[in-house]
Amino acid sequence: MKIKPLQIIAHIILILGVLLMVVPIWISFASSSHDSVTILTEGMKFHIGDQLARNYNEVLNEKGGWSEEVTAAKMFINSFIMALGIATLKVVISAMSAYALVYYRFKLAVPIFWLIFITLLVPLEVRIFPSYKIVSDLGLTNSYTGLILPLVASATATFFFRQFYKTIPDELLESAKLDGANAWSFFIDFLVPLSKTMIAAMFIFMFVYGYSQYLWPLIMTTAEEYWTVVMGMKIIYTESYEGVALPRTAERFAYIILSMIPPVLVVVFLQKWFIKGLIQTEK
Amino acid sequence: MSFLDLKNVTKIYPNGTKAVHETSLSVDEGEFMVFVGPSGCGKSTLLRMVAGLEDITEGDINLDGKLINEVDPSERDVAMVFQNYALYPHMNVYNNLAYGLKNRGIDKETIEQKVNDAAKLLQISDYLQRKPSMLSGGQRQRVAMGRAIVRNPKIFLFDEPLSNLDAKLRIQMRLEIKKLQQKVGVTSIFVTHDQVEAMTLADRLAVINNGIIEQLGTPIEIYDNPKSLFVAGFIGSPQMNFLDGNIKNKTLSAEGFEIKDIDSDFEGEVKLGIRPEHLSQRENSLINLKVDLVEQLGSDNLVYGQLKDKKDFCYRCPGNLTIEKGTDLSLNIENNKYYIFDKSTGKRVN
Ligand SMILES: Nc1ncnc2c1ncn2[C@@H]1O[C@H](COP(=O)(O)OP(=O)(O)OP(=O)(O)O)[C@@H](O)[C@H]1O
Ligand SMILES: [Mg+2]
Repeated sequence: MKIKPLQIIAHIILILGVLLMVVPIWISFASSSHDSVTILTEGMKFHIGDQLARNYNEVLNEKGGWSEEVTAAKMFINSFIMALGIATLKVVISAMSAYALVYYRFKLAVPIFWLIFITLLVPLEVRIFPSYKIVSDLGLTNSYTGLILPLVASATATFFFRQFYKTIPDELLESAKLDGANAWSFFIDFLVPLSKTMIAAMFIFMFVYGYSQYLWPLIMTTAEEYWTVVMGMKIIYTESYEGVALPRTAERFAYIILSMIPPVLVVVFLQKWFIKGLIQTEK
Repeated sequence: MSFLDLKNVTKIYPNGTKAVHETSLSVDEGEFMVFVGPSGCGKSTLLRMVAGLEDITEGDINLDGKLINEVDPSERDVAMVFQNYALYPHMNVYNNLAYGLKNRGIDKETIEQKVNDAAKLLQISDYLQRKPSMLSGGQRQRVAMGRAIVRNPKIFLFDEPLSNLDAKLRIQMRLEIKKLQQKVGVTSIFVTHDQVEAMTLADRLAVINNGIIEQLGTPIEIYDNPKSLFVAGFIGSPQMNFLDGNIKNKTLSAEGFEIKDIDSDFEGEVKLGIRPEHLSQRENSLINLKVDLVEQLGSDNLVYGQLKDKKDFCYRCPGNLTIEKGTDLSLNIENNKYYIFDKSTGKRVN
């Protein structure tokens, strides 16, 4: 095969792009395996040091916070539960509401759709006080329900599912009907499998969205056992300024690396559905 | 009452389009009925009302002695083959066939047996594990048929199922559908706008125009005895020749010739219809044709030309006759096979 100059240029650009993404992560990872003192005196590292196990163990299991009770491991679990809950519910609710909007031709379908769409203009940050009021009136502060529930309605996902369902030919519904499918079985047997790449994509976006929430958990949680990773990030940065101790730079890097793992896992795990959808169009 | 009975069925779409006008029709058990007509005449609408996919604005539909106006499509026990097949893209062929049976709560072994039987009948046993996207057009067509057959429904409905196939495959599938229907013996309604398809498949034929059944009968009846100008022009290929004429005292004078002693008491403006295949060459005959173009089909020649008054005309002759462009032919109407229609109403008058 002859290599064209254009291809070489394209590859150079792609390799540069990859480096741009990967190098900072690698530096963080390498730095997280050294002594904090080494990093403070010698700067960031490109090679792996000998403190890897110690640093990560310390980050995961050291008890912190005011009560000296919450560990990073617990925060990871909290964030994971929150993100999982948000992503799952968002996908389920959006898919079902889009189903209702597209297939039940009631008169108000269009106005309702636009109403849902308009909520894009009022993200949680804008309505944070009323949301807080409602959640606290319901007695849901300091609970997973309170962390998840106000974030599960999604105009974006509803919109994407609606657009997708509209591309499914009417004959499919009609022939399913003649084959004895009811409203529920059409959704489960047809729309869900047909939109599985869509579901995977939405799930990934929504997981990352849920995982990176900061303001809402900050307001919502007073008990440290509900703290999330992103909140912990702040704690681990401010902590070192108390007293005379050295900033624990290496542990910070370890924490950052760890905090990336759950979203990366979700992407890696769902990626094969993505790819499948890209190479084999089932329309 | 026959197996399927439509009584004064009317369909008005929500936007006001009146697609079907007070149509009555009955189909006997095991009969192969074909709806034929030009695009937009309401064939699909009529069929979809039988399937339950469209509401019936007025009238009654009875199937197997039961009024089904308000019965849900899933409960009607009808099967439909769509123009684009509407196969389930995410299921393999086996599941495409099995889905309707599963919904009826039939046990696994029975489903497997039925699917395998249907697959064998349609020669798709080798593809059962494939997705529809991995099949050719003809194979998809068979799967769609299989999905209908496997449920053993009361009635098969076909909405132009062959129009996505190439010409050769269409003729082959046409034959297969006919054979299959005879073998399985299920009452069927087949919608098409192709009159050849209609003629070859039908036990009985309903020619539909503008939401009205213009004529109902066996293909030969309709071909031999069209009741209206529309039916005469629609059935038969190449199309019937039409000439303007006038009847006075049982004498029809068309452009350039006269026919005496016609079998009609009608007086006034008429259309004279002559099928291209009902003509033969004979000296000093009525019709003089100047040949423009000859299409050689092998078995037949289609001769196109003009009459004295520049009117286009077609004559079909055996393929072994050689006819040169530019020659003048003298044509005779065989056995007096001509059709006269009232010009204003389109009704047959002889
Ligand atoms: N959903 C609808 N709403 C309004 N009018 C419709 C609708 N569907 C069909 N029509 C109209 O009803 C008439 C009959 O339509 P139909 O689909 O039955 O025609 P058809 O005979 O099947 O034609 P074709 O051979 O092109 O499929 C047409 O004039 C069409 O425009
Ligand atoms: Mg149609």
